[in-house]
Amino acid sequence: MQNVTKIKFALDWLTVAYYLILVTMGWFSIYGASYDLENSTSIFDFSQRAGKQFIWILTALGIGGMLLLVEHRMYNLFAYVVYGASILLLIATIFLAPDIKGSRSWLVLGPVSFQPAELAKVATSLTLAKIMSAYNYKLRSIKDMMPLLLVIFIPFALIVLQKETGSALVFAAFFLVFYREGMSGLILLLGMLAVVLFVVVIRFGEVAIFGGQGSLGMILAMGIILILELIYISFFRKHVKEALWLLGGITIICLLCWGLNLAGLSLNYNYVAICLTLASCLYCLAIQVLLRHKAYWLIALFAAVFVMFSFSSGYLFNKVLQPHQQMRIKVLLNMEDDPAGVGYNVNQSKIAIGSGGLYGKGFLNGTQTKLKYVPEQDTDFIFCTVGEEHGFVGSFLVLLIYWLFLMRILTLAERQREAFSRVYAYCVASIFFFHLLVNIGMVVGLIPVIGIPLPFFSYGGSSLWGFTILLFILLRLDAARMETMR
Amino acid sequence: MINDTLQNRRYIIAVVISAVVLIYIVRLFTIQILDDKYKEGAESNAFLYKTQYPPRGLIYDRNEKLLVYNKPAYDIMLIMREIENLDTLSLCKDLNITREYFAQRLIEIKDRKKNKGYSSYTPQVFMTQLSAEDIATMQQFIYKYRGFYIQNRTLREYSYPAAAHLLGSIGEVSPRMIAQDSYYKQGDYAGRDGIEYTYEKQLRGEKGVEILLRDAKGRIKGRYEDGKKDLAPKIGSNLKLTIDIQLQMLGEKLMDGKMGSIVAIEPATGEILSLVSNPTFDPSILVGRQRSENYRKLVNDPMKPLLNRATQAQYSPGSTFKPLQALICLQMGGITEKSYFPCGGKGSLPISCTHFHGSPVSLLNAIEQSCNPFFWGAFRSSLEKNGYGNENVNFREAYTAWSEGLKRFGLGKRFPDSDLYEQGRGYVPDTSFYDRSYLKKTAWRSLTIRSLAIGQGEILVTPLQLANVAASIANEGYYITPHINRSDSMRQRIHSVGVDKKHFQIVKEGMERVSTFGTGRYAHIPGIALCGKTGTVENNHGKDHSLYIGFAPKDDPKIAVAVVVENAGFGATWAAPIASLLIEQYLTGKIERTWMLEHMLNTVLNPHAKRY
Ligand SMILES: [Zn+2]
Repeated sequence: MQNVTKIKFALDWLTVAYYLILVTMGWFSIYGASYDLENSTSIFDFSQRAGKQFIWILTALGIGGMLLLVEHRMYNLFAYVVYGASILLLIATIFLAPDIKGSRSWLVLGPVSFQPAELAKVATSLTLAKIMSAYNYKLRSIKDMMPLLLVIFIPFALIVLQKETGSALVFAAFFLVFYREGMSGLILLLGMLAVVLFVVVIRFGEVAIFGGQGSLGMILAMGIILILELIYISFFRKHVKEALWLLGGITIICLLCWGLNLAGLSLNYNYVAICLTLASCLYCLAIQVLLRHKAYWLIALFAAVFVMFSFSSGYLFNKVLQPHQQMRIKVLLNMEDDPAGVGYNVNQSKIAIGSGGLYGKGFLNGTQTKLKYVPEQDTDFIFCTVGEEHGFVGSFLVLLIYWLFLMRILTLAERQREAFSRVYAYCVASIFFFHLLVNIGMVVGLIPVIGIPLPFFSYGGSSLWGFTILLFILLRLDAARMETMR
Repeated sequence: MINDTLQNRRYIIAVVISAVVLIYIVRLFTIQILDDKYKEGAESNAFLYKTQYPPRGLIYDRNEKLLVYNKPAYDIMLIMREIENLDTLSLCKDLNITREYFAQRLIEIKDRKKNKGYSSYTPQVFMTQLSAEDIATMQQFIYKYRGFYIQNRTLREYSYPAAAHLLGSIGEVSPRMIAQDSYYKQGDYAGRDGIEYTYEKQLRGEKGVEILLRDAKGRIKGRYEDGKKDLAPKIGSNLKLTIDIQLQMLGEKLMDGKMGSIVAIEPATGEILSLVSNPTFDPSILVGRQRSENYRKLVNDPMKPLLNRATQAQYSPGSTFKPLQALICLQMGGITEKSYFPCGGKGSLPISCTHFHGSPVSLLNAIEQSCNPFFWGAFRSSLEKNGYGNENVNFREAYTAWSEGLKRFGLGKRFPDSDLYEQGRGYVPDTSFYDRSYLKKTAWRSLTIRSLAIGQGEILVTPLQLANVAASIANEGYYITPHINRSDSMRQRIHSVGVDKKHFQIVKEGMERVSTFGTGRYAHIPGIALCGKTGTVENNHGKDHSLYIGFAPKDDPKIAVAVVVENAGFGATWAAPIASLLIEQYLTGKIERTWMLEHMLNTVLNPHAKRY
């Protein structure tokens, strides 16, 4: 009992308040989203979604409370055990789970369905925290990252096998944690560059230029790589002479090709661009060897890798991605108009949100969501109900509370004295941030359709429990920060 | 040192998170506030605008007898997009149509060339104007066919199989009508001719709309805001016509088996009492699904049953023109009441006389006996009153005054303020016409246009114009635009004919003599002072047309009539008796001269002039 009062005193009630606000808003949104115009039911009708969510909320609070009572060292102590157990559960799920809309990710135990992927997020967070908080551990090199990558790769791969690509992608969020703990920011930037090149190659890949002899996408991608090389050499290394030589070389070759083109000789300009970029690699290697400037081989490597990446993007897109995934990306990039198919979801979602206007149509007055135009409207597309019924004001408020919530978690993270707690807090922040980024981005049509829930809003006991567990372990660790001196 | 930089990364992470949230807020602002297209998207999505067709206004005759009313009809509508698991075979059975017809209709509906407004999201007419019996099976089973529904409409129904030309009919709106009036949508019905056309705006009322909420699967989920935003249809206004349906039916019976028309007007009000055109048809054959087939039949009939002869057909007025000629000449001062002209009977030059009587002839006798030489003399002295003058200027002036005089009686043009949609213009030649015909301004003289003296030649009138002339004479100097909507405003359209009241007495006198001693004595109605004038008009299509104009009683006239019986012979033989029977019926409520009635009813002059 003394323990309880201590926790009551040390608990970060502000976070709890944000949590309760979001969960309550979510509950009302689900009531709104599943409200049937013809047979309206009470928000407490347990046969309906809103009523069920109420039960999920109560049980989640119970689970949260229990987690607060657990001795805080236990989380550190049993991290690996929990991780191991969740991996076993993920493997078992592949074999045991029934096929629900093509995915095998749900374990059904009587009336309760549960997605082990939710637990895996918690387990992975705890494990990463444990590894990175180990005595002497410093994240400085690729070698230091190896165990971390393995820890996130195993659940990632298993969840992909369950055909839950969306949930699997959440594990990419942990790179933000690695960044905070020492991973070079360059890796994040290179990651972003990869995304940019991928989008450029796919989006403009089929746009023919130079009389059909080159694709705009590939030539743009090569241009981006060359420009980044030039920027690095001239601004970061201040080797202006070397940069000018490179620029001169590129210009001469471009002019040469232009001349040949005028002369009537047709070239495959894709290959010209690729060869030009690869030639720049050789040029960098030559500088490394002849002038003995440091680290020019890394530039050569960078360019070569991204040339390869750009070159294989088309293959990656067409062969690795599933047709429906390709379609989602094409729709997002405005390459295909498919208002009846994949485009339908996003289009309807935008219509629902857009029709809300400034103040919205009022609680339970949304027409688009009520009439089931929006797919998955009480799960992945729950934000549409907010947008339609409460307008810009309501959506803004929800985003504001999320932002405050995330900022609060960052504050909690930074005030931890133990590395374990800090790393874990960043894991929590990254996961919530990733969900927010992808879910809201999807419903407003800025990110391809990736089916992951909006934390605390989307209907479902499994995800609510998962997010609650994630958060309340953090709250328990935070409440203990005064007790531990290290 | 490293620790410090790692510490700073918390800010970068915070900035990244904040930036994403900010981008999303901007995005929400764009789609929720700046961009309107999503609001429109929501409209077309969730609202099913179901048109509520108001019943069309009813049409009554002048005695409050119901002429035209509505009966329920049904359209089968479909929304292409909502068709799901359709059991075509069973649908065809319930609708009593063949599969081929079904397939063909679908192709027609989807053909954007024919069906311009086609969209798979909006209701399309699959079958139209079905009767309650047609729809009986379908009504029970419509729920089985998703995407199909029944739309209530109304069809016209007629109490009497009469007055088809006058009432007009209702047909599907043409693309042009849709372009001109945004009220109409593809598949709507509107008045296409007659009263239904002229008074379309009053009769049609106003369509209402029921806003239904429709879910993503097309299921109706109730009414939007409990119907608060619905627009109730406004019932069309009823119309009371000037027509006396009993008189109309008598007229139609009298004209049965004859080609031609009757126009009867109440002179004091300009109200048209009956407007008969034969061959005619039962108006109900142009209603509903049989419309297009029957319409085709009527259009292709060489007797032109669709032509409203009473208002559109144009004839030389012949001798019925003589009272009008007399009035114009009196007004011009070409003659006086005491003028005499010699008549040489058959041997008269340049126009012979068809009757035998003394000479010289007074105006009174000339009208009574329809003496051609008199009217030639009157016409000539009116035109040559001031001589020909230099370059014929005096003659031309007189001719213009004469022709303008005719126009003031309503000849040579449509009645612009009438509510009759189908009207012929008729023709009154002006100086420029003869200048063109004779190539020179001085090449034509009274003698060259002498046919005009006796209502032949280039002048053309419609029976409606003739009846209006009769009414103008009855009124002694003015007419009220002939019309069919019985309303005060129509009665205000008074036109003076520009002939002094004093000139009418003698003309009326002459016309009365026509019925007592003259060419129309066969049509005399015992006890009624009937003023009339017969006409026998030569034409290029066989036997002479038989014409008659008249009004009665002479003092305080209640009815003015014009009758044309094509290719029937003398005016006195057919047109005059028909007119007199009609007048007798109207004034006394019965017909005593049953032998005449029988004779007129039973005579078939033209076996092709049948009734549909
Ligand atoms: Zn004579």
